[in-house]
Amino acid sequence: MKTYDKLIFELSRPGRKGYELPADQYATDGLAAIPADMLRKEPLDLPEVSEGDVVRHYTNLSNKNFGVDTGFYPLGSCTMKYNPKINEEVAAMAEFANVHPLQDPESVQGALEVYYNLQQALAALAGFAEFTLNPYAGAHGELTGLMVMRQYHISRGDTKRTKVIVPDSAHGTNPASAMVAGLEVVEVKSRPNGSIDLEDLKPLLDDTVAGIMMTNPNTLGMFETEIVEIAKLVHEAGGLLYYDGANLNPLLGKVRPGDMGFDIMHINLHKTFSTPHGGGGPGSGPVGVAAHLVDFLPNPRVKKGEDGKFYVEFGDKSLGSVSTFFGNFGVMLKAYAYILSLGKENIKNVGPMATLNANYIKESLKDDYLLPIQGVCKHEFVFDGLKDKSTGVTTLNVAKRLLDYGFHAPTIYFPLLFHESMMIEPTETESLETLDEFIDVMHKVAKEARENPQAVIDAPLTTPVRHLDETGAALHPILTYKALKANA
Amino acid sequence: MSNKFIPHTEDDLRVMLERIGVDCVDALYADVPQEVIFQGEYDIPSAMSEVELRKHFKELGKKNSQLTVFAGGGVYDHYSPSAVAHLLGRSEFYTAYTPYQPEISQGTLQYIFEYQTMIAELTGMEASNASMYDGATATAEAMFMMVNSARKKNRVLISATVSPRVAEVVKTYAKFHGVALDVLPEKDGVTDLSLLDAELAKGDVAGLIVPKPNKYGIIEDLTGVADKLHAAKGFLTMNCDPSTLAVLRTPAGWGADIACGDGQTLGMPMEFGGPYLGFLACGSGMLRKMPGRVVGATKDADGKRCYVLTLQAREQHIRRQKATSNICSNQSLMALYATIYVALMGKEGLKEVNKLACDGAHYLCDALVKSGKFQIAFDKPFLKEFTLKTDLDVKALNKKLLANGIMGPLDLGDGLVEFAVTEKRTKEEIDQLITLILEA
Amino acid sequence: MSKVLDNLLYSDSHEWVSVDGDVATVGISDYAQHALGSIVYVDVPEEGDEVTAGEEFGAVESVKAASDLISPVSGEVIEVNEALADEPGAINNDAFGAWIMKVRMSDPSEVEKLLDAAAYAKLCEE
Repeated sequence: MKTYDKLIFELSRPGRKGYELPADQYATDGLAAIPADMLRKEPLDLPEVSEGDVVRHYTNLSNKNFGVDTGFYPLGSCTMKYNPKINEEVAAMAEFANVHPLQDPESVQGALEVYYNLQQALAALAGFAEFTLNPYAGAHGELTGLMVMRQYHISRGDTKRTKVIVPDSAHGTNPASAMVAGLEVVEVKSRPNGSIDLEDLKPLLDDTVAGIMMTNPNTLGMFETEIVEIAKLVHEAGGLLYYDGANLNPLLGKVRPGDMGFDIMHINLHKTFSTPHGGGGPGSGPVGVAAHLVDFLPNPRVKKGEDGKFYVEFGDKSLGSVSTFFGNFGVMLKAYAYILSLGKENIKNVGPMATLNANYIKESLKDDYLLPIQGVCKHEFVFDGLKDKSTGVTTLNVAKRLLDYGFHAPTIYFPLLFHESMMIEPTETESLETLDEFIDVMHKVAKEARENPQAVIDAPLTTPVRHLDETGAALHPILTYKALKANA
Repeated sequence: MSNKFIPHTEDDLRVMLERIGVDCVDALYADVPQEVIFQGEYDIPSAMSEVELRKHFKELGKKNSQLTVFAGGGVYDHYSPSAVAHLLGRSEFYTAYTPYQPEISQGTLQYIFEYQTMIAELTGMEASNASMYDGATATAEAMFMMVNSARKKNRVLISATVSPRVAEVVKTYAKFHGVALDVLPEKDGVTDLSLLDAELAKGDVAGLIVPKPNKYGIIEDLTGVADKLHAAKGFLTMNCDPSTLAVLRTPAGWGADIACGDGQTLGMPMEFGGPYLGFLACGSGMLRKMPGRVVGATKDADGKRCYVLTLQAREQHIRRQKATSNICSNQSLMALYATIYVALMGKEGLKEVNKLACDGAHYLCDALVKSGKFQIAFDKPFLKEFTLKTDLDVKALNKKLLANGIMGPLDLGDGLVEFAVTEKRTKEEIDQLITLILEA
Repeated sequence: MSKVLDNLLYSDSHEWVSVDGDVATVGISDYAQHALGSIVYVDVPEEGDEVTAGEEFGAVESVKAASDLISPVSGEVIEVNEALADEPGAINNDAFGAWIMKVRMSDPSEVEKLLDAAAYAKLCEE
């Protein structure tokens, strides 16, 4: 099975088909009414395959993939928790799937209620006044949140606030989002434990600063204990605090970002709220704001009238639109189902159990792996590679060896604070037995590194493909089947 | 602590806390200032069992009407083969993350490669990325690509005939990023190209964004537009409906530099606005300016054909504020949707879809005009969506249609109404619509 | 161990400069190509562009890293090494042979601020 390597185009045979449409009952020939010059001139080289061909092809491809349902996926900063199946069932319901976004609001009260109730639930869980669910992903949420930040300052005539402070340890998305939002990035230094250096921050806080972007826990999984002081300093300087929800999971049930003094945040529904990552999307990046920023949220907005009916509003103070319609509604259904499945009783265990799992792995492996930051972590932590640096075995080698043992690799070479970063995030949905299996394998790899380093350096040995030529791919990009054939 | 998604038993807790060396879970939060610890109860509903949850969503679902849709506006009620949803349900696909470890992600990487091939084929372009969020954000990114490629020019023109929902997003991105975005006005339902020369003569135009079909459903004649832009060292972006490219002249055929648009028309459920995908394709000369994930073919150590994420040095995780965009991921699962849909419909099916929709739309248009209650608004070619003028009370008409289980035309204001017909609409449904309208 | 050629000048951002009258030829050092690994793309300026000492004029990319190119001198770009478009790996093969751009300097005295080979070799050791 794992050796299957055909492309769908290679299965194509002239005259084969994978569909059946109703017969054309119209006497009209519509296409004939379109001038020939406006019609397609090139042949259309798309597959001609039967339904059975297609189903077998993509089933075979799925067998070459590793998902959360396949095995443990401790990818740091990505919160690869279990994706409940009821979520999928709900999102596929015809009552939601067959609804047009421009239908009369009277006829989509159910969809609007889901949108409204989910944003209310997120507001309650995160300690904000209101959320927009329109942004499509975490990065899109960041961009939207920064637009809210700028719109706020612009609305007050404070147009010189064009800088945003970002920790030097932040994920690359933060500065990239700032760039797209038209803000200039100013880096603030991190201390060795990844927390913001207040002494470096203070002189940066002048009247050109729009705000600061932070995660908490920070990039190393450590709680920013001085957050209250940081919030005070930034607010006194007239800036706003943006909370990057990438690391929200350990706080769910314990700390609400709004209570830490943040003014704006985004949540990755595909991390904290269990919606699947989909091989890279669709995600959803709702943005929450404090009361004084509500009017700046993007259009359209979903509101509830006094009569209990839901309606759609386009506010004139809004920053504008960031999505064609209401965002990835299907993802919202899944997140809402998750929140209702857990309810207020169980949701408070999410963060604590995620934190417990992370600390358990950390304490169990620090004999073999170099733990640069001591102390209690939150949902994730970073090793700086193997403790024994004499073996020549790198973090990349360890990561690839894990694939041989049936685990996904941790996030590697991020954060950039260490040379051999290995960032592990187990999430709360993994059992003690799974954690123990992972710990055993990590110990085994460390032992191999000491006794037979070449075996680790050569890894992976059992995956469908191994040691891919990434340099060749970047030097001579082959991005389509057509180009592949031309290069053969 | 234990619940069906959180497996910790009391025994587990004991073992784990002991290993960590603390007495209770709360001790793991000892570093958090007391004042920010949440002490209250969350204002959200109580936990529901699956039985209750199903019932709850059924109740919510009942408050939505599933209509016979005769409107578009960027979202169309197209047919999707059963096999698409079944294959999308394979959790090896949907529970995976971005394919960072190519050795165990060949499934994702290969379907993205197939997707890129199909988008390139439909648009006539050389290269496609792995998909963007939606058609509007893809168009905004196309605007940035044009500005970044044009060097030192910071003005982009957008045709007034681009869908207002797309234009609104492009406008928002332009405003914050600092691109001067000007609207090229419309005349008789199409972009007023007579104004283009004067704009280009100013020497500051990085590019032009035009739609196909446009916000009225019209297929605009873009003869000579790309040449004019290129002569002025500017670029042409076409925002298109990918399904229609099976029969309509391709963006490459019109000389466009970038093709973008929304993938919803490739059979995706309407799902109240998403998820769909945005596609983005260009010539190889602009490849390095293209945002988003890109998959390339390569070989492994044993000479096996395989696929990897490539050209990553353009991206945010390496380039930070100098990246081409802040986008991290793609709408990967929807790219799989589009890929399987196009594979099933294939070469002939996509043409047939367009022919059926086009024939149905012309049939409806003819009947409505013949009734005397509607007039042709603009005498221009269209495919599956068209705009008519009427003196009827549009709001009242749509209320009546809604009561009959029909989503009527979009109300564009000033007596203009826009109908859409897809291959899913039967002649009987169209006849029923005509009858209901003519009674009005 | 990276090579440092004696007859060149260097910037602390690892570009090398060879001066001929008012024309400076610029590339990246052997140390820099080593640090980057296999180079897959070089973003070069266009002829006629103005570059400024201390400011970015392009970038070099390897598979998983990218580095800005910082101009060691100010002036007008009079020639770029077009061959790098097809063969960026030339920099890995011979960093001092694979020049990136030639600049007609507006202020030739700027080269006085650059490091000589000995000073640069010391910098690389740190």
